[in-house]
Order: sequence, then C-alpha cells, then structure tokens
Amino acid sequence: MEARKTYVRVAQETDENGLITPTSLVFQGRKMEIDRVLERRQAHATKTGGQGMRYTVRIGRHETYLFQDDAQRWFVEEMGHVREVPHRDGG
Amino acid sequence: MRVILHSDCNSFYASVETAEDPRLKDRPVAVCGDPKLRHGIILAKSAQAKKCGVVTGEAIWQARQKCPGLVLVPADQRKYLLYSRKMRAIYRRYTHRVEPFGLDESWLDVSGHVLSGEEIAAQIRNSAFEELGITVSIGVSFNKVFAKLGSDLRKPDATTVITPENYRDKVWPLKVDELLYAGRATRRRLAELGVYTIGELARAPEELLRGALGKNGLMLQRFARGEDDSPVLCAEEADEIKSIGNSTTTPRDLKDEEEAKAVLYLLSDSVAARLRAHHFACATVSVWMRDSELNSLGRQCRLPVASDTGTDIAQAALGLLRRHYPWELPLRSLGVCGSDLQSTQARVQLPLWVPPRQRRERELEGALDGIRARWGHNAVRRGLMLCDRATADLNPVDDHALQPLGAMRGRG
Repeated sequence: MEARKTYVRVAQETDENGLITPTSLVFQGRKMEIDRVLERRQAHATKTGGQGMRYTVRIGRHETYLFQDDAQRWFVEEMGHVREVPHRDGG
Repeated sequence: MRVILHSDCNSFYASVETAEDPRLKDRPVAVCGDPKLRHGIILAKSAQAKKCGVVTGEAIWQARQKCPGLVLVPADQRKYLLYSRKMRAIYRRYTHRVEPFGLDESWLDVSGHVLSGEEIAAQIRNSAFEELGITVSIGVSFNKVFAKLGSDLRKPDATTVITPENYRDKVWPLKVDELLYAGRATRRRLAELGVYTIGELARAPEELLRGALGKNGLMLQRFARGEDDSPVLCAEEADEIKSIGNSTTTPRDLKDEEEAKAVLYLLSDSVAARLRAHHFACATVSVWMRDSELNSLGRQCRLPVASDTGTDIAQAALGLLRRHYPWELPLRSLGVCGSDLQSTQARVQLPLWVPPRQRRERELEGALDGIRARWGHNAVRRGLMLCDRATADLNPVDDHALQPLGAMRGRG
C-alpha cells in the first residue's frame, strides 16, 4: 500500500516555552480532536518521504503521526494510494 | 590523544531525493543538471545506478544507455542545503568543533566527550537514518586525515575505527590515492619513485620525496605516518571569508584564448564587485580551468598591488591561462578566485603610490556597481561581451555558480 503526503489544517497551542501542541486537525473535511500528544521528535517520514517534527497523536482510539515540515506546514501520511513511479525525465 | 570523526553522507544528493520520495528506494537514481544550460551531466548517483556503471560527470544519454531504467531527478540545491544543515545540527549535539567540507562531509573533534568516538558515530548514524532518512559512513581516528580515509573504507552506513595500534595494518596496504590531497599528478610522480602504497610512502626516504614533490611530499609523508595535527576548525572559523570566487560552465565549449578572455573578464568583474561589496582587495588571483573531458587544473599568482578591480584580476587571470593552459582540448568551465584578502576600509597606511590607472579603474568600476545596483546586471557591460551573446548572457553574480572554492582550496 502506498501512502500520500496530505497537508492538513491544524489548530495548535504554543506554551510560554515555545512548546507546540496540536489540538485538532481537519482531515477529509472532518474536524478531529487530538486527545493526546504521546511523543514529539525530529523524524523521517518513512512512508511518504520528507522529514520534520513528528508528533505521535491519539485521536479517539487511533494513534497516528502528524508531521510539521520546515515551512511550518502540517501533514499526515494518508494510506491507500497506489501510484506509478513516474519516469521522471531530466532531458 | 584526540578523537576525530569524519562523517560522509553516502551518495548525498541521490539519498536526499530518495528520502523525499521513498518510491525511488532500491531504484537506480541519478541527479542531473539542466541539459539546456549544458549542465546536462550526471551530478550524483545512487548505489544501484553506480552498479550499472553510471559515473559522475558523464552525459545523460551515456548513463541512459548503460542503465535503461535510470530515474533522473533534476538537482535541487535548496533541498540539499536543508539536509546538510540538519546533519550539522545533529553533529553539534556532541561538539561545537564541526568543520564542514562541502555539503556532505564534516569533521568533528569529540576529544574529551564522555562517550567514545565509536559510540558517538553509532548515535550519529542512527539519528541520520531515523530523523532524516539518509545514511552516513563515519571514520573515527586520532587525526583528520585518517578519519577521512576511514569514512571512505566502508560504505554505506558503517563506522571504521583507525587507531595508533591498527593503522599500519589498516591504512598502510592501501594505495596512496586514498590519502587526502594525493591527486592524479602526485600519484604519477610517486609511482615513478616506486611508491604505490601509503606504507611505502611512510617509509620512503625524505630526500627522495622532497626532491620529487617538494614540501608537499613531506606533508603527505607526515599524513601517511599518522602525524597530521591540523585542528578541526569551528564552522565560524571556517566560514570567515578567505577568498571570493566565481565559476561557470559556458553554454558551449571555449575553443581559444579569445573566447576564454570574454568569460574571464565576466567572472573577474563579478569577483571584483563582490570584493568591493565586502570591502576587500585581493593580493592573489587564481584560475580554475576544466577541459571538455572534465580534467581540471588550478593555477595562481600574486598581484603587484592588492586590487579590487575587474581589470586587474582579469589581466592576471588571463596571464595564468596563457602560461598554463595548453589548449589540447577546448575548455568547458572556468573559475576565477581572489584570495589573500586585505581590508580596504581598515587600511592603516595608504600605499605611497597608487597607480593612477588603478585609481581610475576603481572609480569607473564603482560607478558600474551603482548602475547595476539600480538597473540590473546587464544594464551596462564591457564591449568585449558583445562579441559572443551566449557568453554575455551569463550572469555569474546572480546565478551563483560558485563551485570551485573547495576545489581551489588545495589544503584545508
């Protein structure tokens, strides 16, 4: 199964030390509350490529990764998209 | 004893592209330049592409012939800079003494750290993979030269430790060209003396080396014996401006001196403009020349009086080209670099006599800087540039084709 990098709208809180906590995200038109941030660390997005600050978040009973890239955009690794590898041409 | 690490990101450009797009994983990938600007050559390749025989510097069509499934990705310098910066941030968790050597290599001095060099190397490799998705090879040793050599010994994603106890077994059987700064010409000279391995170099009679290679021969011998004591410079020290240079690959090969002259003037003007912007004058001018088969050659000379004018720099550069370039092959790329920089602001004692010609040149070129700042680089240019439109349309100041500084650095 292939994954797609999907940018999402995120509401976040920043505390007095600059620590960022995402509180909710909008995915496929649905707003989802983030119940808890379980871990934050710099990480490679192994499924979609790219890297950034990775938040392991709990939404209901699901755990998922939410990334913030260097342009401060948020993305998730959306599963289930099969794509052909493009034969990219430099010429 | 010092603990020095040399970290080398494996196939850096291709690895970054794969980290950004995992579908490229395990496929032969090559990063290439823009064919329209004649940068259409292979700049970097993945391990799989290397297995097919793809080599850096060859034309895209050649690489395609060897490796039909080759995935070509255009170079994206900004992406590589970002990953390079993130790698350095990882290094700085262990020491502030990090000396970059290009985008993909760095030396670290971790002497006195609570962890051993090998442990730090393992952690760095782990962080690079988990945080950025790329692999690095690390050499751990007691000097910079052996650390660099160690990082080349096993790839990818490996640590090699070279100690005072094992270097005779690990390093000495290797060929001399594994040694930093031992290039093609040096290797040939050493071969004439019957010196092929690093061990033979370490044991060769000093007079023999001095005779064949001068001071450099003795320096290489010290390296071979593990006696390199050059310090790892902090990034801030390494970043201090020591030279200002520009280079370019021209849209078509340069056939003779007349064509090269236009390019040299163009590059010299841009070097001079940047020198003036930083309030420097240079006392040494170097030229870097690369022929159509990608052999490169660097030569330098001193100016009679330090200068920041394009005319002085171009004349010196042209003189060097005349003396040293044999024109057996056409030229593909040229670079001009000013070094031995002197501040033009803090000059305590004015030279007794500034030749009136140089003073006029400075005033003239200062006026040109002003015009270009307001109306763009091509608002005013030398008549020479009009002879060849393709060359004249190059804008070295804004194009940032700044390759050769590393190549011209010679010794670190």
